[in-house]
Amino acid sequence: MTALLHVDNISKRFGGFIALDGVELIVQPGERLGLIGPNGSGKSTLVNCICGTLQNESGTVRFNGHVVDGLAAHQRTHRGIARSFQLPRPFHSMTLADNLRIPLLYTVHARSGPLRSTGDLDARCHELLEMVGLAKKGNQMPRDLTQVEMRKLELARAVAAEPKLLIADESMAGLSHSEIEDILTLLVRLNERGITVILIEHIMSAVMSFSQRLAVLVSGKKIADGKPEDVVRDPEVVRAYLGQ
Amino acid sequence: MDISFDLLLNAIAAGLLLGGFYAAVTAGVSISFGMLDIVNIAHPAFVILGSYLAYFININFGVDPILVSILMLPVFYALGTAVYQVYYLSFEKRGQESLRGLAFFFGLLFVTEVTLILVFGVDYRYVEAAYIGPSIHIGLVDLPLRMLVPCVSALALFGAIELFITRTFAGRAIMAVSQDQLALQLMAADPIRIKRIAFGISIATAAVAGALLIIIQPVEPSVGREYIGRVFAICVLGGLGSMPGTLIAAMLLGIVESLTSTFYGPSWAPAVSFGFLLLTLAFRPAGLLGR
Amino acid sequence: MNRVNTAKFSLIAIAIGAAVMAFAHWFHVDYLFFASYTILQFIVLGTAWNILGGYCGYVNFGSAAFFAMGAYSSVFMHKFYPLPIPVLILIGAIVCGIAGLGMGYLTLRLRGSFFAIATLALAVVLQTLVVNWEYVGGSRGAYIIRPENLEFAGITINYIEYLFALMLALAVIALATARVIERSQLGFGFATIRDDELAAEACGVPTLRLKLIATTLSGAFMGMAGAPFPYYIGYLQPSSAFGLEYAVNSIAMPMIGGTTSWVGPLIGAILLGSAQQYATVTISSAVNLLIVGLMLVAFVIIAPNGLIGLVQEHLRARRKP
Repeated sequence: MTALLHVDNISKRFGGFIALDGVELIVQPGERLGLIGPNGSGKSTLVNCICGTLQNESGTVRFNGHVVDGLAAHQRTHRGIARSFQLPRPFHSMTLADNLRIPLLYTVHARSGPLRSTGDLDARCHELLEMVGLAKKGNQMPRDLTQVEMRKLELARAVAAEPKLLIADESMAGLSHSEIEDILTLLVRLNERGITVILIEHIMSAVMSFSQRLAVLVSGKKIADGKPEDVVRDPEVVRAYLGQ
Repeated sequence: MDISFDLLLNAIAAGLLLGGFYAAVTAGVSISFGMLDIVNIAHPAFVILGSYLAYFININFGVDPILVSILMLPVFYALGTAVYQVYYLSFEKRGQESLRGLAFFFGLLFVTEVTLILVFGVDYRYVEAAYIGPSIHIGLVDLPLRMLVPCVSALALFGAIELFITRTFAGRAIMAVSQDQLALQLMAADPIRIKRIAFGISIATAAVAGALLIIIQPVEPSVGREYIGRVFAICVLGGLGSMPGTLIAAMLLGIVESLTSTFYGPSWAPAVSFGFLLLTLAFRPAGLLGR
Repeated sequence: MNRVNTAKFSLIAIAIGAAVMAFAHWFHVDYLFFASYTILQFIVLGTAWNILGGYCGYVNFGSAAFFAMGAYSSVFMHKFYPLPIPVLILIGAIVCGIAGLGMGYLTLRLRGSFFAIATLALAVVLQTLVVNWEYVGGSRGAYIIRPENLEFAGITINYIEYLFALMLALAVIALATARVIERSQLGFGFATIRDDELAAEACGVPTLRLKLIATTLSGAFMGMAGAPFPYYIGYLQPSSAFGLEYAVNSIAMPMIGGTTSWVGPLIGAILLGSAQQYATVTISSAVNLLIVGLMLVAFVIIAPNGLIGLVQEHLRARRKP
């Protein structure tokens, strides 16, 4: 089975600082991968290189068998990679519904061709908002949302692009236990529909219950990659991250 | 074209002297744009303001212009901190610095220029000092003192800033804030206060640069505009925030401008710096030395 | 539905303009033509600036450069092969559109602040080139003798009124274009670039392509505004074509009127333009520019969304019980 995503030995540096050092990661279609590591270990840089926000300096990123190095972020989104940002970045001059309309107009339509009617668009926006529990706030502005609600909007916007691969970057920080459960259920449901998910989190209980496979990034290097129960017992992982 | 060797040598020497001066003018922008990421396109307006103040006090009280500028340092520093405070409260805090911050500084540039026109008129103004006029001769090369003195003063200013940034706590805090504001906050230093100090210093350098400018050439209000391109070209070419890079870039620009002026005529000189800027932005935005 | 509204809007705009023109014509108030021409010119410039600045968030300090390019392309054609003004306007649009595209391609991949500085640089480079170009008059300037009247299909129109009518048509086209963009998917995309370019890319918005469309359109309209200028003014000098008042006004008028809608530049141009006409005549042109600058700074600090923003906030406050 061809891997959906193959991060092939990529490196990235910022001046003298090495953010990623020969990172290799393979994600199979339909998989649920968890990615953990201490702050500053390069997780977000890795996400940025996969999504095209940053370009890796060496190595290749392959998605669905094609090399995507050099492609702009929007082109990778068109091909099926979507991500939520760690710090939510809503379009603050638009309503929540309009925020979701953007990926619908610019990604989904760009792929499928014929335009849907306005009614279809509105229905889809409403569906997405309901999915994250923000159905009643469709006409509000992002500035009126709580931090937690903004994270949900982030996730909804990523899902709106109908991705093959969804990267959820710390969407659960600050959520209550039941809210974490809601997000997890949502992610599992999306996964069951065929969306491959990479979950980046610090909340170990969520990561353990969700992931089929777990990878650990420390100081730009991948130090572990395997079944969750094996990885958490790995002494190097315990020393570098879990033991803290 | 007949390139006489001694003309060439003099053009290069003039370029070096000019470059030293350009470095002083750019020092402020190196701090505000290179380190604080504030696009202060009004910086040349502050420089011209410095020139006119030096002129005014020199003509009415006979004080040496460079001395005037040193006396003006605290005034300009205060002005800089005030401007930063307004900028921070109105734009940085609200996250709107890109469009509105730029418009703000553009407005300041404009208002300063027009105010100077209303107060002093559009005639060129000069200062009087002992070293404007004589030159020293080294072999084939003439070094006019009115360019040598500013160049030396500029290098002194530059050296002082470099020392400040690398040796004092405040200076290193400014370097830190330019690299990682969050880390600085965690060290219990107030990044806003540090930025305010830095911006104040940036504008203070304009006082000195202004005095040096009016020694080198006569000044009228719109002269500032020519410097916007020069200053940002040098800043970008030198690699944002790198003081040594800025000095090299300034010298380089000075030489190229001087050569163009000597062999093609002075009306082409503005195109040189601004053309440099465009090319740099288009092809090597990380500067000569990279980041 | 949108198309009907735009047509209605255009008709209203033309009607208003025609009324002004008729009034001036019948009462022989030539000054009104001159003043209105300038204001219409600023409507076009401000609207053009706003497409890139207000909608996309990319500040262009070099509006004067595009305006002057349009003017100088007319001078060039006048010496090379005289053509009717509407054709010159088209040529101005093409020349400046390409220039906008080129400049955008070179600099739009960088941050917004770098782009802004690049526009300043472009303005000076262009001015230096023109000053050194003898064919179009160099620093001495170029004369263009404006004919007294225009003969067209047996009708004789006063040339000034002809220029006014052309500029009116341009203003209507510019405003209509801005209005259409605002309500379209393109305008929606522009807004995402303004709000958060990184997030826009992540959502699939081809930001570079949209920004290039914006710079091309913006440049083209500025060039169109500049094309008739040599005929209007009779004697074109680089210092007047590249004058600071064009740069400052094309920014101040949309920012004071409000950058989020096509109405902003319109209001800004009419209010600020009229105020300036009045001030130039009663006080002095330097003081009037000072006032523009101060107002720009004041509005940018106090009322970032311009007059429209103030009105909207007022209405919102009234709506809350």
